[in-house]
Amino acid sequence: MPTFWLVALLLALSAAGYFGGRRRAIASAAGNVKDLHSLPSYYGYHVALAAFVPAIAALAIWLLVQPMFIESRVSGMIPAEAVPENSTIGLVMSDVRRVAEGLDLAVEQGLLTAREARNVAGGEQDIRALMGEVGVALGDDVRPEVLNASQAYRNLSNTGRAAMTAVVALLSLGGFAWAYSRIHKDFRARNVVERAVLALLIMAASLAILTTIGIVLSMLFETKNFFGLHSWTDFFFGSTWAPNFRGGSELSILPLLWGTLYISFIALLVAVPVGLFAAVYLSEYASGAVRSFAKPLLEILAGIPTIVYGLFALLTVGPALASLFAKGGFLGVEWMAGATSVLTAGLVMGIMLIPFVSSLSDDIINAVPQALRDGSLGLGATKSETVRQVVMPAALPGIVGAVLLAASRAIGETMIVVMGAGAIAKFSANPLESMTTITTRIVSQLTGDTDFASPETLVAFALGLTLFVLTLGLNVLALYIVRKYREQYE
Amino acid sequence: MTDLSQSPAGAAPEPRKHGGSLLEQTPRTKRRNAAEKRFRAYGIAAIAAGLVMLLILVTTIVGKGTGAFQQTFVTLEVELLESKLDKKGERNIEDIKKVTTFGYAPIIKGAMEAAVAEYGIETSLKAKELAGILSKDVAAQLRDYVIANPDQIGQTVEFRFLASSRVDGYLKGRVTRDSIVNDKNISAEQLDLVDALAAAGVLEKTFNLDFITGADASDARPEAAGIGVSMLGSLFMMLVVLALALPIGVAASIYLEEFAPQNWLTDMIEVNISNLAAVPSIVFGILGLAVFINYMHLPTSAPLVGGLVLTLMTLPTIIISTRASLKAVPPSIRDAALGVGASKMQAVFHHVLPLAAPGILTGTIIGLAQALGETAPLLLIGMVGFIASNAPETIADGLLAPNSAMPAQIYEWAKRADPAFYERAWGGIIILLLFLVTMNTLAVILRRRFERRW
Repeated sequence: MPTFWLVALLLALSAAGYFGGRRRAIASAAGNVKDLHSLPSYYGYHVALAAFVPAIAALAIWLLVQPMFIESRVSGMIPAEAVPENSTIGLVMSDVRRVAEGLDLAVEQGLLTAREARNVAGGEQDIRALMGEVGVALGDDVRPEVLNASQAYRNLSNTGRAAMTAVVALLSLGGFAWAYSRIHKDFRARNVVERAVLALLIMAASLAILTTIGIVLSMLFETKNFFGLHSWTDFFFGSTWAPNFRGGSELSILPLLWGTLYISFIALLVAVPVGLFAAVYLSEYASGAVRSFAKPLLEILAGIPTIVYGLFALLTVGPALASLFAKGGFLGVEWMAGATSVLTAGLVMGIMLIPFVSSLSDDIINAVPQALRDGSLGLGATKSETVRQVVMPAALPGIVGAVLLAASRAIGETMIVVMGAGAIAKFSANPLESMTTITTRIVSQLTGDTDFASPETLVAFALGLTLFVLTLGLNVLALYIVRKYREQYE
Repeated sequence: MTDLSQSPAGAAPEPRKHGGSLLEQTPRTKRRNAAEKRFRAYGIAAIAAGLVMLLILVTTIVGKGTGAFQQTFVTLEVELLESKLDKKGERNIEDIKKVTTFGYAPIIKGAMEAAVAEYGIETSLKAKELAGILSKDVAAQLRDYVIANPDQIGQTVEFRFLASSRVDGYLKGRVTRDSIVNDKNISAEQLDLVDALAAAGVLEKTFNLDFITGADASDARPEAAGIGVSMLGSLFMMLVVLALALPIGVAASIYLEEFAPQNWLTDMIEVNISNLAAVPSIVFGILGLAVFINYMHLPTSAPLVGGLVLTLMTLPTIIISTRASLKAVPPSIRDAALGVGASKMQAVFHHVLPLAAPGILTGTIIGLAQALGETAPLLLIGMVGFIASNAPETIADGLLAPNSAMPAQIYEWAKRADPAFYERAWGGIIILLLFLVTMNTLAVILRRRFERRW
């Protein structure tokens, strides 16, 4: 792991820098620390930062850029006619990478010398057998173009790695020497170090922006590819979801959207009344003892991982519903074909959302000024009348915001629907039928062997982008409503 | 007083709407009081419904999962026949390794026959069916032992073998004589044999440490599956999350809370953080797949990648809680530090940050707990399926070698066809929840112990 050792080297250099810088500063003041502009440790930090930060930044950027650079160079080497029919340049490139990896492994295990690996040619040796020996499985024989490309790939990445090590080490040493040479008893080390630290803090904070950009870009690019392969009218306005890995798929989001919204609706049907009544009771009626007992217990429901709810839906709620509604069931009807259904997933998701609704509404109800309640009670209204006619209208925008946030959670929830909702995409109003959702399809299109050149895989990115936009819209709307409401009373 | 003067002095008082005595409730009052009682009852019912759900959930988990911590074992005396295992008699390790697990089948059959004869159990079963009550894992276990101890060939050694999952289920009540009518893996006569062996003390149900420490097993051997290796996968992911999310989260919070000027960049960061906190976790999985695996070519299924994805996912949580605890440190602390000549950076790092540390730690633990239970993003980066059969040996292996994680392992078991795996899934949930409860308790204790009221 050369990268690991490189980082270790940087750490060692900066540690040495800290002590070296400190000593030099003290020496330049002839041992009298009071003569220094800053505390001695700042001189140390100065050298340590100069030796570490630029070098590690260069390392990170190099690691990010090198694969892209090599990829474009090598894929340029593969002529268009070398790409077999019903394959793509992407698939050929993944072969190239695998062969290169296999050659590396062969060298590592001593099957080839480094020299042989550089000069190996398809004619003399069975490359595929060699690859098999080191544990790299290849679909078919290695064609000469692929072998050449993978040689180039290896060469480029080896050169790249060597260059990276050199550049990073030089940067680190250079930073060390530069910072070390600047140390003098009048050097304003604290100001410099503090400015550098502030820059680091800003960078850490900007990671949030970077993440968002990463999310949007990664999905946008693949979605663009998807719409290059598949018509966008079918995606947005078609009526069937029928992926077929042999081509000719119908990939429409509408049936998935219907399933998602239906399940979320049932979940909210469970969570909103229960959560809202629980919140009202806890904030308006319950004694301190009941509140301090029931509120944390309810909130446990929110801390349980979704996989637990998924298992609960799959193995407990689903079979229980099936024993009521399925063939040979308790009610003697045949409304349900299996354990998975919209109702199964919706009920369980509703349980998960109860504490979400209740604690958000609890906060909002508590924020309603006491004077409103006192006024209403003073006019002779009963407590429930006060809640229904005074507190609720005052808290309504906040509660709507809470429900919208819960809806956004329900739409983005994955594990419960993957395990409880089923896999059939259809438009149906029967809650006992199994249906599928956007998140379920993302999981099923992107797990297992995926080919990033087929619309059946790429559709997952378009689905993800839609999901992102949908939940983002709901969140922004909810926050807007909540914020607007807060301004009224504060 | 104008109202009073306008009212005619001698007008007869209107009949009281609300009846005569105050002690008597009018129908309207009764209705209102009933509505009040109903409303209250709805509230109680809602809370009761929530608590009942919690109770059902907990009892289901405990009821179905505790079985996984017990396993049925068969103790047998096995004669390691030289004629089968080392025909040349040279104890050459290469020769011994040539004997496949099939070669061990006769030895196992012989051991079962011997046990049946020893305890005087009458049965019409053939040797193959006798051995059928043992796990398919037994031959491999025996072979591993022989390869490790070639000098034992020819001796009789006592072994503790796993019983098959059907036998295990029979002892736990999951498999009954009615349910096996169409089951080709086990017959009623084999169950008779199991009863007899259990009565003789050869076959017994004991605590199953392998479930906690072992690796996942293939579809045919649910009795051998354990959660230990995926627990290590989770551990390595949590290390990555801790090493990245804590420093980055704290640095970002310090900037936003203490240094950030009011400008568009700060606004932008704030908006992004609050939005990222609400982005569905699966979207982070897509990000991980597209950026870390497809673009940067980091290894699939590696805990390192899982850790990176979970870091991005937990950062908003950690930033939000860290900012709250930085805000809770009163300005007088900063003013005092600045007053005695500290720079702003010194005031923050030397005074505010240590005072906020317990709150930051609490928030971090809660963020970690959230990351530990997360499944959906891990499915997309390939941390699901029968992946690792051995515990990683080095730290680099632990980070880069394919592995699963606890929740992903539970999902994998839940997907399999054999109901014996469901018991494992519930058992895995018990372990996962134990971790979460411990972490949350730790967070509460930290908060109680170190929380300072200013």
